[in-house]
Amino acid sequence: MHRSDRWAAVLGLIPWLLVVAPLTMMLAALWQQGQGVLSLAFLLEDPSRAGRAGGIASLLLSTGWILAVCLAVAVPVGLGCALFLSEEVRPGSATDRRLGFALDLLAATPSVVFGLFGYQFFAITLGLGFSILSGGLALSLMVLPLMIRSAEQALRGVPLSYRRAAEALAVSRWGWVRRVLLPNAASGIAVGVILSVGRALAETAVLLFTAGYVLRRPDSVFDSGRALSVHIYDMAMNVPGGTERAAATALVLVALLVLINLLIRRLVRRPFSGVVR
Amino acid sequence: MNILPEAAASPPSLTLEGVSVRYGERVAIQGANLSVASGELMALVGPSGCGKTSLLSAINRMADGLPGCRVSGSVHLDHQDAGALDRASLRRQVGMVFQQPNPFPLSVIDNLRFPLSEHGVPRRQRDALAERALRDVGLWDEVKDRLAQSALSLSGGQQQRLCIARTLVLAPRVLLLDEPCSALDPVSSRVVEELIGSLKGRYTLLMVTHNLAQARRLADTVTVCWVDGECGCVVESNTCEQVFQAPAHPITAAYCGGEVG
Repeated sequence: MHRSDRWAAVLGLIPWLLVVAPLTMMLAALWQQGQGVLSLAFLLEDPSRAGRAGGIASLLLSTGWILAVCLAVAVPVGLGCALFLSEEVRPGSATDRRLGFALDLLAATPSVVFGLFGYQFFAITLGLGFSILSGGLALSLMVLPLMIRSAEQALRGVPLSYRRAAEALAVSRWGWVRRVLLPNAASGIAVGVILSVGRALAETAVLLFTAGYVLRRPDSVFDSGRALSVHIYDMAMNVPGGTERAAATALVLVALLVLINLLIRRLVRRPFSGVVR
Repeated sequence: MNILPEAAASPPSLTLEGVSVRYGERVAIQGANLSVASGELMALVGPSGCGKTSLLSAINRMADGLPGCRVSGSVHLDHQDAGALDRASLRRQVGMVFQQPNPFPLSVIDNLRFPLSEHGVPRRQRDALAERALRDVGLWDEVKDRLAQSALSLSGGQQQRLCIARTLVLAPRVLLLDEPCSALDPVSSRVVEELIGSLKGRYTLLMVTHNLAQARRLADTVTVCWVDGECGCVVESNTCEQVFQAPAHPITAAYCGGEVG
């Protein structure tokens, strides 16, 4: 090996360490603070005494509901928009530029703005109040641009040669989308879903305004419910002596993200993946 | 039109009159006339950029989908005006094979079932028709034990034969072939070339090729295209022997003699 190559290898390690070190430190700090209260009971019990005792079961439930509402709206609507963009809008056309600008603006909007709007529109105007429904819907607005953009990229990445073959065989538009386009874009679309889940799970500001922070188990999507991220914020900032439980909840949240990530990746593993042309 | 018609006794002749293809301001090919007799194979030769592929895509109206593309002139299958047919039934009659093998990323068998199901062929008939198409292209014995495997796991030559089978399974009567062998290795190219030769008589074929030796081996008639200034045009259309041995046009003589192009 050339000496310069060896130096390059060493230098290449530095950015890698810069990425991995903070992650390790963060997880280690959380573990150190939170492992004392982390147990199976912590996951299965509802919180009591404003969260100072008990576990996070009701919060897991609320988080799951909020996420479900968010994805139930964001995935189909996002996919529909992405299909429209990739199938109907010519890249570089005026429509493409205008829609792209709108999407980029939406993507760059601070989440607190979505929170305010969500509160005004869903909670007040539509009368949904502080509820899981308001929270999930406001979150779906926030993740929509992310979902649309990644799905659009995935759809546009499907080779043109497949499209030409389908055209020459006079295959219907729907047949093309269902049998060739969507299966081939599935892994890219899944990345969009994963990113959306990540943002939705991490979001606090939007939910403070819309889903509220009631600790008890929600009976329906019309009840208020506290998400994990809101709980972490509340325990750390508002509840004296809540740091331990905030750290433990954060660990659960990270574990949840990893789990969902792996699950979605597994779901979209296609029989013919790996052979890319 | 639910059940595939058995191919009619003789395939139609293909006649182009004054066909021009424009992309915006640019003229790809101007006023092309040619005529392929029933069951014959015409080779379309000429240098790159002389509009051969544009001419092919004008026939099955693939050009319609391209932004800014305009096609004029007339295309007839026997006496039927192709412009009067709707796009789906035109493409069902006029199949197309591309330069790069482009099987769908589905299993081998689904590559054939998919177009059949799209054209309303009942499920119970699909596998028999698929098998017949695979036998037609000499692929059946090679793939009969791996029908459920990805078509992308086949070799390049097998993929191209699968693409031809995928076209044949819809029982077209005319085939447009856009340099079907040029992306293949010499051995696969030979196999595909023999396959195309065997299709003569049952289908009317129009094949773009850069390989003059191949045109000479396969074609009944040859059309030479050339670039005249900015746009492509047909300079000569004649029987294979005539074009190679007694060319009528000096450009044909120079091109087929290997002096230019």
